[in-house]
Amino acid sequence: MKDKIMDSLREFGLPRLIITGFLVLLLIMAPFVGADLPTQISNIINRFSWNGILVLAMVPMVHSGCGLNFGLPLGIISGLLGATISIEMGFTGGMSFVVAILVATPFALVFGALYGWLLNKIKGGEMMIATYVGFSSVSLMCMMWLVLPYHSPNMVWGLAGKGLRTTISLEGYFDQALASIARIEIGNISIPTGTLIFFAILAFAIWAFLHTKTGTAMTAVGSNPVFAKAAGINVDRIRMLSVVMSTWLAAIGILVYEQGFGFIQLYMAPFYMALPAVSAILIGGASVNKASIMNVIVGTILFQGIVTMTPTVMNNMIHMDMSEVIRIIASMGMILFALTRKTEASR
Amino acid sequence: MDRNSAPLLTMQGIKKDFFGNQVLEDINLELRPGEVLGLCGENGAGKSTLMKILFGAADIAETGGYEGDIFLDGQKVSFQTPFEAIAAGIGMVHQEFSLIPGFDATENILLNREPEKHNYVSEIFGDRLNTLDRSEMDTRAKNAIEKMGVEIDRHMMINTMPVGHKQFTEIARELSKEQLRLLILDEPTAVLTEREAASLLDSIRGMSERGISVIFITHRLQEVLSVCDTVAVMRDGVLVECVPAAETSVAAITKSMVGRSVGTSQKREIKNSDGAKTILKIDRLWVDMPGETVRDVSLEVKEGEILGIGGLAGQGKLGIPNGVMGLYEAGGTVEFDGKVIPLGSPRECLDSSFAFVSEDRRGVGLLLDESLEWNVAFPAMQIQNKFLKKYLGGLIKWRDEKAIREVTEKYINELQIKCTSSKQRAKELSGGNQQKVCLAKAFALEPKLLFVSEPTRGIDVGAKALVLDALRKFNRENGVTVVMVSSELEELRMTCDRIAIVSGGRISGILPADSSTEEFGTMMLSGVV
Repeated sequence: MKDKIMDSLREFGLPRLIITGFLVLLLIMAPFVGADLPTQISNIINRFSWNGILVLAMVPMVHSGCGLNFGLPLGIISGLLGATISIEMGFTGGMSFVVAILVATPFALVFGALYGWLLNKIKGGEMMIATYVGFSSVSLMCMMWLVLPYHSPNMVWGLAGKGLRTTISLEGYFDQALASIARIEIGNISIPTGTLIFFAILAFAIWAFLHTKTGTAMTAVGSNPVFAKAAGINVDRIRMLSVVMSTWLAAIGILVYEQGFGFIQLYMAPFYMALPAVSAILIGGASVNKASIMNVIVGTILFQGIVTMTPTVMNNMIHMDMSEVIRIIASMGMILFALTRKTEASR
Repeated sequence: MDRNSAPLLTMQGIKKDFFGNQVLEDINLELRPGEVLGLCGENGAGKSTLMKILFGAADIAETGGYEGDIFLDGQKVSFQTPFEAIAAGIGMVHQEFSLIPGFDATENILLNREPEKHNYVSEIFGDRLNTLDRSEMDTRAKNAIEKMGVEIDRHMMINTMPVGHKQFTEIARELSKEQLRLLILDEPTAVLTEREAASLLDSIRGMSERGISVIFITHRLQEVLSVCDTVAVMRDGVLVECVPAAETSVAAITKSMVGRSVGTSQKREIKNSDGAKTILKIDRLWVDMPGETVRDVSLEVKEGEILGIGGLAGQGKLGIPNGVMGLYEAGGTVEFDGKVIPLGSPRECLDSSFAFVSEDRRGVGLLLDESLEWNVAFPAMQIQNKFLKKYLGGLIKWRDEKAIREVTEKYINELQIKCTSSKQRAKELSGGNQQKVCLAKAFALEPKLLFVSEPTRGIDVGAKALVLDALRKFNRENGVTVVMVSSELEELRMTCDRIAIVSGGRISGILPADSSTEEFGTMMLSGVV
């Protein structure tokens, strides 16, 4: 029995034990410094539901050996295009969310295919190139958001009448589109059931995919590409597929994030989305070429938990509004910590 | 040498296992000052592991240390790092050269132990800024080289030296250490010419006279008899024999090394497939494989036979299967069963029922981080849709874990793969067992033709016999044609029906397996480039 506990603890890993311990400590401290614990808990659940799919988007590329998807902004941009076009077309309410997904999908597939083609050309340096693909696509879109012919008065700058605003409210559109489905409210705790179920469906789909023939091939390509090639696998095709999947998940992920958050953030916002997602999956125990759904769930909860709890508790302790500064310190600190946990499999 | 003096080194009850695989069992060894011990044994017998334990190599501690005691001069020692071993007076010359290519011999010999001169800057900022005393270095290097009794140029860059001189530089480095009392030489003569080897043996005798004990690992048994005082033979992790060199012979050592008497021509049936149809026809094949270039090979393989491909290293024998299977760029025509197979596409080969066991087990042959189940079942799953459950009219092809486990367990039993379970990861197995997994992977494909490349490289005797038996059985019972590439002629002669010898990227001849060694030898050397 004791051995069993020790084994499962070892499997969980020391870094996760430390972070879990820290998170538990913050949760215990919260009531004492005057923060409302139920509010904090629903905060964590909410942020998990917003971010879960963006972290899930890491899984296919990790499995195929393309490394961590630092090019996440590319997929996010597809999602943003979907969201803005859906609003421009005049859809409202839940329908605008469905249309946003439908419109984002072709963008994600095309961008993903180009991105995958590029990554196949530079095997071995994927993560560095991916980072810059993300950066440059964000910069390009900074111009495009101004130039593209959007007219919806809810989205364009009031004075000029053209060019999209940096932040667009989703009220009347797909704000809380998923979260409001079967939402559970107990006192101060509110659980966005619909979003969680949506995450569960996608997570199950990825898990199932990894159990199919093609999914098995994807894992093998990531584990040893030469082995896969010798077994008759078209390595480039599998890698391409994984990149397209990652990009599409990122597009869906940002839409889910926006419906929870209530706003579309354009321009430089996608720039900052990749690192938290990368960190979350690393903290969850994934390595550069191994990741499971469990890593996604554990990592997202731990990362978002720390990032939401630290500023609240600290703020209440020092009675000064420094939440933004502390949030940045905590999240960047977590990212740094996560990147030091980066491990690669043996060759 | 004084037989009655107190032992310099005593090893008692040394045991070591890697992930549950016992590689050393209860080794007891004694070495007196000035004694030269010859350590013999086949690949994988445990010689290198034993020496690593003695030398405090890092991978021993990382894999859980060892059991038993080592005494040096009566003091119990347990080295955690090579530095401790060096400080205690143990020197080791490795099989792989550990020299800095861009430095000359003198600099390599005295690396990190250079005599230093003080200067003004170092007076102020400390000893790390001392300058090297070049003339003193030169003298010390010269002395060390003289101790060996060979001529090598002290000022020659390592990367321009012939291999033999590199080896001598390494030995000179050990000899230049004043505290040296025990020198371990791990196959030092493997890369030397006969004359160089002879002078090395002389220098070993010289060391022994100066009271330095030597442990000499080699496969050349004649050398052992001529230079060693004692001969120790290891087999499968056990010290089977430890006798004075004067009381043994090459034949006796060989016998205890392999655990059976090695007959020159083992009686076994050789299948004559002259009448059988040609199943694989290779015509004017060239392969651009680095170090194993194939220039112009035409070859016919008969159905149901075991064809061996032999030859010296670097002559192109490994290029043939790798080129046909499409892992390296190749040209020419390959016809299988009357159908032309396009080169450069592993998929086409596998679809036409070829299978290939690569010589590069860890690089090509295995998914090191995955379970044995995945390793065995993966190609068959991907190529032939085996071990899959189909849902929605074949739209979803789901991995059938149960079928995968069954087939893996079948091969674990059949090939006697030593593992904790079919879920164990491939990288945790020993070389021999990894090789068996590679074979199981190929067998699971149920191919019509099996290419096996260096199936016994780096695996122990027991596993070797099993692997070769499995191949022979697979051929004879399932009628599968086997093409086996190996550097070991004896092994080919024991296993194959016909043997083709590759030399200079071309086939220099094909002989029945029962032809004499001399005939094969002549062919091997005929077209060497």
